[in-house]
Amino acid sequence: MNYIPVIGLEVHVELSTKSKMFCCCPAEHFAKQPNTQVCPVCMGLPGALPIANKEAIEDTIKMGHAFKCKIAKFSKFDRKHYFYPDLPKAYQISQYDMPLCTNGVAQLLDGTPIRIRRIHLEEDTGKLQHTRLDGKRVSLIDFNRSSVPLMEMVTEPDFKDVTSISEFLREVQLIVRYMGISSADMEKGSMRLEANVSILEWESPEDPLNPEDKSEPLIYSEILPDYKVELKNINSFKFLEKAITAELKRQEELLRGGKKIPQETRGYDEVHDETFSQRSKEDAKDYRYFPEPDLPPMRFTNQEIEVIKNGLPELPQEKRKRFVDDLQLSEHYVDTIISDKVRAEYFENAVSVGAKHNVGAKTIADLMVNKNLDSEYPEAEGLILKIVELTKRSFADASDVKAAIDEVVRSQEKAINDYKNGNANVLGFLIGQVQKMLKGQGEPKVIQELLLKNLQSN
Amino acid sequence: MDIPLTITETQKGLLEKKFSAVELVDAYLARINTFDKDINSFITVSEDLAYEQAKETDKKIAELGKKAFEEFPLLGVVTAYKDIFLTKGVRTIAASKVLDSYLPPYSATVVERLTDVGAICIGKTNLDAWAHGSSGENSQMGATKNPWNKEYVPGGSSSGSGAALSANFALLTTGTDTCGSIRLPANYNGVVGLKPTYGAVSRYGIIAMASSLDSIGHLTHSVTDARKVFEITKGEDRKDGTLKNAKFKMPNAKFKIGIPKEFFGEGVDNEVRKNIEGVMEYYKARGVEFVEVSLPHTKYGISVYYIIQPAEVSSNLGRYDGIRYGNDRSHFGAEAKRRIMLGSYVLSSGYYDAYYLKAMKVRTIICNEVNHVFEDVDAMIAPVAPTPPFKLGAKVDDPLQMYLTDIFAATANLTGIPSVAIPSGFTNSGLPLGFQLMGSRFGENTLFDLGEMYQKETDWHLKTPKL
Repeated sequence: MNYIPVIGLEVHVELSTKSKMFCCCPAEHFAKQPNTQVCPVCMGLPGALPIANKEAIEDTIKMGHAFKCKIAKFSKFDRKHYFYPDLPKAYQISQYDMPLCTNGVAQLLDGTPIRIRRIHLEEDTGKLQHTRLDGKRVSLIDFNRSSVPLMEMVTEPDFKDVTSISEFLREVQLIVRYMGISSADMEKGSMRLEANVSILEWESPEDPLNPEDKSEPLIYSEILPDYKVELKNINSFKFLEKAITAELKRQEELLRGGKKIPQETRGYDEVHDETFSQRSKEDAKDYRYFPEPDLPPMRFTNQEIEVIKNGLPELPQEKRKRFVDDLQLSEHYVDTIISDKVRAEYFENAVSVGAKHNVGAKTIADLMVNKNLDSEYPEAEGLILKIVELTKRSFADASDVKAAIDEVVRSQEKAINDYKNGNANVLGFLIGQVQKMLKGQGEPKVIQELLLKNLQSN
Repeated sequence: MDIPLTITETQKGLLEKKFSAVELVDAYLARINTFDKDINSFITVSEDLAYEQAKETDKKIAELGKKAFEEFPLLGVVTAYKDIFLTKGVRTIAASKVLDSYLPPYSATVVERLTDVGAICIGKTNLDAWAHGSSGENSQMGATKNPWNKEYVPGGSSSGSGAALSANFALLTTGTDTCGSIRLPANYNGVVGLKPTYGAVSRYGIIAMASSLDSIGHLTHSVTDARKVFEITKGEDRKDGTLKNAKFKMPNAKFKIGIPKEFFGEGVDNEVRKNIEGVMEYYKARGVEFVEVSLPHTKYGISVYYIIQPAEVSSNLGRYDGIRYGNDRSHFGAEAKRRIMLGSYVLSSGYYDAYYLKAMKVRTIICNEVNHVFEDVDAMIAPVAPTPPFKLGAKVDDPLQMYLTDIFAATANLTGIPSVAIPSGFTNSGLPLGFQLMGSRFGENTLFDLGEMYQKETDWHLKTPKL
């Protein structure tokens, strides 16, 4: 019996727009005084109405383009209903059946495609703080985060191992930062992760989800396991790796023991390195979705979609390819430099400045990656000048060269005569002799110049 | 003093110093203090605010004279707002125990706009709680009585606005019309009620009932006044995403009015029918053409309405959890609970397709039918309700009977078209009768012209009850 992991991801990214998704309050809320960035709309006061943030919509379409998604020509918002104190309207304005982006794909380094099911736009909730006030246990609600724009990306369960998940998530983070649509910072909560984990029991060693014989179409509903466990509230890549590993171990043990795995939500306990049950997901929640009547639907022309696509900056994968193909840099150097958009731009700047000073890309890369030299020079020009200085050889000074030339001219009578009789090739021999006298410390240009001068004056 | 019934007369009186704004407020307050205890049309009377604004008014008139009325077109107009219009600093409770003593931190767009052009706020009028109702009897602050006969309902849900206007407690009252809630109280109180095109007037700052059906309007004695007020309230405000600064259609030189046969079948009271026939004669005599039209799917209108509306109601009431404001959900009245349950049910998984989705599809068919009819006519005439005002208590035990009161109102809300209710007489027992004129979207100008044509040589709208 083979136990094949079947893992899908849900990534939430807080967009770094200036204002919130449905009102004009500032969206940047990290570490701000509670309830100081609120208004009737994001507090869900009676009579308040939403107005959609155009930039957030465009950012989501950009994300769709980055993952080769189909961009919807017609899309809308829907109300998703549930009761919780941090959800002031008792519904979240989200997208249900007509999201902005569908059917995309990302490629892992080894070429494995990860299918992107959808990318949609919604609003964030407020934040609960559990604490004690006058000895009583209370929950305080801060609405600063309420209605901040949140982009949600859902993948198909195409992941089979933890390393490819980490690779994928780092790339998502990088792409989002390159496009400048979010800081995608796990510590600040502007990027959040959830994983849906199952294990497929399969008799034959061939991967049923990737059969060698591709003549028969795959019917996923017949192949995929009939349950999934949702891993939530994991706030770092490292913990996600550990949580998934622990969860796969738990599930495989249960399956080997012939047990069924209950569909539920689990969290990760880093102290004991195991997952624990948070709430049962036996019955899917009924969110009573219906189209948001307060917001007209969105209609996009092909042209509008193209304009957004053309406005994308160069994405990490394109830059990587260019650095490897055009600049012949090693993959290690490329990865390090690419991993920071600002650093990558600095590097490109340095390469173009360096070209004017005979300083090559490999040299620049080496000094940036291995010696972190760019941290001392905020301007690329400064770095190049430093490199020029470092790699400059100390040549013999002019008077030593002159003395060597005089000596060679005096001692190489035959060669001098040959030169005077028209044999220009002898020049090379003479330069060599001067260089030998200078023990190789002569600068070739200077030797040639002074030698010619000497020969002409005699 | 004799309180004028129109904006023109009121402003003339102020300009000619027949009375001051303060004296005007004195007069209205005197009537309220004397008579409203038997009518119950106000939830909150904002005396201090009214005097403050009245003094401002008198100052403006003293300083600017005639120019004051050009700069502030509604200067001196004493106004009462249906108590779901948020008024900053003035208690707003939607006639519900859930909101109890809510003091809004902001005002509705409509309130701000009317105030900016000189309206004086005299108070907040009673209504069916959360605007759920057709008679005013669902108010948790006690039912409002019809000033024409206090044993009868004033119609709802803008019951207080209808009664307060006909009882001369204000010159202008505002309302919302989700399925006749302006037109019915206007009709039952013998005043004019305007339900504008959906998307013409901002819903921002007005407690939402059913978001795709709520239309923000007002009640006045004359159609001319309704037009003047609409000039101020209409237009985009960048806070309500469903608004449109559409070009309002210019009326045709000659009018053609359609008579939708489905609105004149059995079930229409004889006095109502005869009265409308009289109205049609009036128009015919003045060159208006009438044609029979048909809207076959409007017979499903009330069913469609009572699926879509509770769905949106159940969603919009979710926020009243008592955490940030008001009391918790246990304080909801029976009708609110009924609609929340109905709405949650029709949206629930397994039932969504059969109820909500189906209702929305039929709604589209009704829209198409109505659009088609308006290719040929300028307006449609119909009764506002099947019967004249009914007695208090007559329908409270049968919610379904109560729902059927709205049968002729639903079309305008489902399709978003405007409609104006105009008084046109009285029953033998002295209760008001009237009719409605429905127009095409953004076709309010046609309705105003037709309404003014009717009021040019009739004076039903100038009659007021003796209290």
